Amino acid sequence: MAIDIPRIPLGDGIEGGLDFLTSHYSVVTRGISRVTQSGITVLNDGLMWLPEWALMAIIALICWRVASLRLGIGAVLGLALIWNLGLWDPMIETLTLVVIATVVAVVIAMPLGVLAAISDRFYSVIMPVLDFMQTMPAFVYLIPAIPFFGIGSVSAIFATVIFSMPPAIRFTTLGIRQVPKDLIEAADAFGATRSQKLIKIQFPLSLPTIMAGINQTIMLALSMVVIAAMIGADGLGSEVWRAIQRLRPGDGFEAGIAVVILAMLLDRITQALRKPSKKTS
Amino acid sequence: MTETDETNIKIQVRGLSKVFGSQPKKALELRDQGKKRPEILEKTGQTLGLSNIDFDVREGELLVIMGLSGSGKSTLIRCLNRLIEPTEGDIVIDGQNIPKLSEKELLECRRRHFSMVFQNFALFPHKTVQENAEYGLEVRGVEKKSRIESARNSLKQVGLDGWEDAYPSQLSGGMQQRVGLARALANDSTVMLMDEAFSALDPLIRKDMQQELIELQHRMKKTTIFITHDLDEAISIGDRIILLKDGEVVQMGTPEEILTRPADDYVARFVEGVDMSRIFTANSAMRSVRATARESDGPRTVLRKMSDNGLDSIYVIGRDRTLLGIVSVDDVDAAAKAGKDTINELIQSDFPKAGPDEPMNNLFAMFNDKSYPIAIVDDNQRLLGVVVKGAVLEKLAEAGEH
Repeated sequence: MAIDIPRIPLGDGIEGGLDFLTSHYSVVTRGISRVTQSGITVLNDGLMWLPEWALMAIIALICWRVASLRLGIGAVLGLALIWNLGLWDPMIETLTLVVIATVVAVVIAMPLGVLAAISDRFYSVIMPVLDFMQTMPAFVYLIPAIPFFGIGSVSAIFATVIFSMPPAIRFTTLGIRQVPKDLIEAADAFGATRSQKLIKIQFPLSLPTIMAGINQTIMLALSMVVIAAMIGADGLGSEVWRAIQRLRPGDGFEAGIAVVILAMLLDRITQALRKPSKKTS
Repeated sequence: MTETDETNIKIQVRGLSKVFGSQPKKALELRDQGKKRPEILEKTGQTLGLSNIDFDVREGELLVIMGLSGSGKSTLIRCLNRLIEPTEGDIVIDGQNIPKLSEKELLECRRRHFSMVFQNFALFPHKTVQENAEYGLEVRGVEKKSRIESARNSLKQVGLDGWEDAYPSQLSGGMQQRVGLARALANDSTVMLMDEAFSALDPLIRKDMQQELIELQHRMKKTTIFITHDLDEAISIGDRIILLKDGEVVQMGTPEEILTRPADDYVARFVEGVDMSRIFTANSAMRSVRATARESDGPRTVLRKMSDNGLDSIYVIGRDRTLLGIVSVDDVDAAAKAGKDTINELIQSDFPKAGPDEPMNNLFAMFNDKSYPIAIVDDNQRLLGVVVKGAVLEKLAEAGEH
């Protein structure tokens, strides 16, 4: 028995809203687009300008300094494999997108995270929004990105930022809220202002937790950047995408392995940064 | 106030009350009708944390606020610097009424007047010992150079020089609390608040810290409010003690007043647990010395002094008033008969000697078979007085009655 309840035009509403935004705020979106695009170009060209061996050496050195010699050697081997497979350029393009998306996501996430830590009201508003952002299938973000920013890397960055931002916000909030109450009380007792507490006590003490959030953000960004090949982002994702379309599993796996190597390097480096550096007296 | 005292009042607390809950008015109304804490909680769901507290803190004293958990002592100390907002009442420090201060004035007031030492130390784990000690000054915006110097100084005061670059996690509990103390001292605030500052330390270190606090306090004359649940601690460090129960003051006075005249059963029960012979010190049984011999006196002069005062033995005092020893009447008499001019070789040093703070129970064991009294000397070996066996027995008997 069919009860005649009219279908709620949820999708139409959203489309209407997006249309409105695209048509009325095109100045804004075009501005963002231009800035982002030039950022991508500069970083990408810079990384491409460096000879392969030089970049390998730099990355290996970073791995060695922040983590271990083992990771440094692993980095050299992994990157050499990527180079050998002829995936160097796509790898650089992917790295560029990840770096830019992460920077943008973190810059937006920090203040929001801090705000959610100090204001219970803001916390109760933003947490469901974050749940929404994280559970919405990642592909869905790709669709509105196109009318805003067109096909290409800027749209990829837009979708990636939205998809990868939540952990950075969550962990920032968590880190600051986890600072022991007695330390806050001590700071209060000595007459510290709110910003003195934040900058000198809460922020430094929550840094390991915040770094864990940034690590998560980077990992999510990497996965999203690969998916964003569907809307024309360059990089390893587009290699995979091409392999799917041509039914060439070998090529697909090669590109996939390159993604894994990149992911592991980024993960290990940020994990190592997370551990507080050993302070010696 | 029972005593009118010449000393300046540093903080005046009047009618201070604190209600935990959303309807403080209701709770206070019931309180004014004479209802007590449990009844108020049952009727309104509000907890009466503090009720109508009046007391003064005198300039330079070490005031102990003591009570069991739930007595409101932690609430009280936090109301003073408004880490907890009082519900009603006045807290006046140097003419400023703290509950009435604006947010900004309050920060200023906390920076100038209060520094605090916490039960669990509350040191900043990401800062070095030095940086922790500097914290109060850093908050106040004192420039780096003088900040470093003050912090160094106060670390030295608490015996931590050489540890400046260590992190709190590298220190033992006792040392961590010394850092807490140094942080409070470096701030050079006018009042120091100590919230169960030694309760987390093990007993031996705790005794040491109490002793050091007393010395520090005597040296610096810093007005200190010390919270504890331990009567022994309260008695050994406090100039005055305020006893709290269920958010009300039950008694206020010097340690001896509280011990010898407990205001009610509650205090009396507290006091029962205290070993009285440890409370009375040599000071309270000491009497002055009737006569002393000088180092340069001849035997005949000394004999004369002894017979005038009816003494069998007499203390010999040096030029700078330090105690050299004791001579007995038999020896001096023999020397006089032998025609000697000095008493130098007659001076004996095997007599009991103690400081004025020596607990009574230790004194009793010191009397030896020669039946000399115990000489009480200060740190510079100057003779302050004597304690005789009878006086000790009398005091101990008095203690036993309580």
